[in-house]
Amino acid sequence: MLRFHVPEPEVRPGGTPDFSNVTIAGAGSVPRPEIDVDPRTIRDMAFSIIRVLNRDGEAVGPWAGLLSSEELLVGLRNMMTLRTFDARMQMAQRQGKTSFYMQHLGEEAVSCAFRKALAPGDMNFPTYRQAGLLIADGYPMVTMMNQIYSNEADPLKGRQLPIMYSSKEHGFFSISGNLATQYIQAVGWAMASAISNDSRIAAAWIGDGSTAESDFHSALVFASTYKAPVVLNVVNNQWAISTFQGIARGGSGTFAARGLGFGIPSLRVDGNDYLAVHAVAKWAAERARNNLGPTLVEYVTYRAGAHSSSDDPSAYRPKTESDAWPLGDPVMRLKNHLIKLGVWSDERHAQAEAEILDTVIAAQKEAESHGTLHAGGKPSTREMFEGVFAEMPPHLRRQRQQAGV
Amino acid sequence: MPRRTMIEAIRDAMDVSMERDSKVVVFGEDVGFFGGVFRVTHGLQAKYGKSRCFDAPINESGIVGSAIGMAAYGLKPCVEIQFADYMYPAYDQLTQEAARLRYRSNGDFTCPIVVRMPTGGGIFGGQTHSQSPEALFTHVSGLKTVVPSNPHDAKGLLIAAIEDPDPVIFLEPKRLYNGPFDGHHDRPVTPWSKHELGEVADGHYTVPLGKAAIRRAGSAVTVLAYGTMVYVAQAAAAETGIDAEIIDLRTLLPLDLDTIVASVRKTGRCVIVHEATLTSGFGAELSALVQENCFYHLEAPVARVAGWDTPYPHAQEWEYFPGPARVGRALIETLEA
Repeated sequence: MLRFHVPEPEVRPGGTPDFSNVTIAGAGSVPRPEIDVDPRTIRDMAFSIIRVLNRDGEAVGPWAGLLSSEELLVGLRNMMTLRTFDARMQMAQRQGKTSFYMQHLGEEAVSCAFRKALAPGDMNFPTYRQAGLLIADGYPMVTMMNQIYSNEADPLKGRQLPIMYSSKEHGFFSISGNLATQYIQAVGWAMASAISNDSRIAAAWIGDGSTAESDFHSALVFASTYKAPVVLNVVNNQWAISTFQGIARGGSGTFAARGLGFGIPSLRVDGNDYLAVHAVAKWAAERARNNLGPTLVEYVTYRAGAHSSSDDPSAYRPKTESDAWPLGDPVMRLKNHLIKLGVWSDERHAQAEAEILDTVIAAQKEAESHGTLHAGGKPSTREMFEGVFAEMPPHLRRQRQQAGV
Repeated sequence: MPRRTMIEAIRDAMDVSMERDSKVVVFGEDVGFFGGVFRVTHGLQAKYGKSRCFDAPINESGIVGSAIGMAAYGLKPCVEIQFADYMYPAYDQLTQEAARLRYRSNGDFTCPIVVRMPTGGGIFGGQTHSQSPEALFTHVSGLKTVVPSNPHDAKGLLIAAIEDPDPVIFLEPKRLYNGPFDGHHDRPVTPWSKHELGEVADGHYTVPLGKAAIRRAGSAVTVLAYGTMVYVAQAAAAETGIDAEIIDLRTLLPLDLDTIVASVRKTGRCVIVHEATLTSGFGAELSALVQENCFYHLEAPVARVAGWDTPYPHAQEWEYFPGPARVGRALIETLEA
């Protein structure tokens, strides 16, 4: 008799969090191959985890040593800024100043460190959970907030749901609500760069759940076929809303292993280790820039916050699960490393937290002076009809007139 | 002036565009070395190299999705979906991404792509080689939809589409690839070399998007048609002796409403003809627009002749395809109403 198989997470609400099944390689234990390595010889890297920071906050092994302590301090500040920004915007949503928000809690290292591995002109095709790419590139927080508030200064003129940012200037492709669509678009952008004999590369972003979408497969096929200069990022934060990663992953072992069937070098990295994320991203970016083709990188992390401001995780996972996550907190781990290096302290950290909060609050005040979703300035109704096409066709002009604008 | 088939005219449009603009790239399934299953891209890879014209994996979402990324980079991809019937896997990319990129990014990113698709029936193509999905595109804000009916227009419209800053769906009635077809399947096919619209100028010219063409001036009834149905309507007018004014819409969106309204206000009657299924087809939009804009000039109900609301059958091809007899009956009924 046949029996139907549906994977289940180990623990549900009320249970004790248990990550004993997660095998974690020791920091410094995974080798760092040359960028022109034969992909067939590093298949086991798709099943391990590249880590740099050990339990004592020391940077160890072949992936260490790429960043100066000044660069690490910038990284820490960026992650702290993203976390504070998230907290303020989550609160703003609860206060009714906007309709929706999505936090990055626990995943700050992934996008903040990755951004620093790219060169000017490279293009990210992010999901809704990589705002660290903007923060780390110096995109103004006020502009991000204007978008979140859909106010009169919103660069997207109130047309987009909060957090669906767009900035060509900062190498941040327009976010779409439709999952995985940007993954193949990133490959196309990279193909175009190669067609144009350019030196710029693309980075594709996707979450664990969305790897099940058909465009994930499309992207891997095209990237593999045309050896496109693209870094294919999979952020495995264990959860797709309420669905644990095993539903998307099935029997494949790891998400990185999905790349192996396409002949794409595929690495797994500790997503809560700022140094490891940056080192692996740099390795993959250099491969792409040297015309060696795509790399797939799985960032192993944990979605510590709710999926969105509309979600309550206590309905499907233990409340304390994030505390039990064995890879810890990316901010705390980098903080401890910098203290170990002697360039940081608890006092300076507390002071930095206060400064960052002041900066974020100041940005928020400025953004709110341009209005929030239901109060103050808002984009003109006329903007609703603009930009559908380069030039407004007659039927839209008639509708705009009917709308009285 | 040289005469070309529709296949040659479309190929010439891509050749001219690739020659003029190095940003134009052409790809799709079997499009490169082989030159396409309909020979539309024949010779382009040999002339422009594999970086400009190449074969793609069998993955429609991948073809359109990668083209969107290329357009965001700054290229002008002109891609092919082998049959319009197979565009559905790319529908998400077309409707949610290509169509909205300019709007959602406030012009930060744009999507100047052309997606060519052979469309329409009359070739014993059965369910998945005969469909006319234009209404699935005209319903989407941000897409332009073009359906040429002859070699001259096909070239000029395709060059205009490639140069257009927005995404364009370019539906090529494959029944017209080698010659006009009026629905009389039992008669020999006339090649384009014997038809005046087979005259296709060398070099660069455009036919503007959003402008209809009056194929037959008349005073008794206005016929709105596009693609293969233009010739069916002409045959129906000739066989019934009805002085119909036949408008070839050429572009469905943006639509040339002015030409339509001027004609219907003059004739007082309107028959709409398309191959696609009736219910919620593009004819419904046309009918509504005529009613809204010409109500006080109408002498009869607006009539629609369309494919039946069934999947496209194989054996019953000519009972399904709206031929000159069905269109002729609609003309007579509209005049007698």
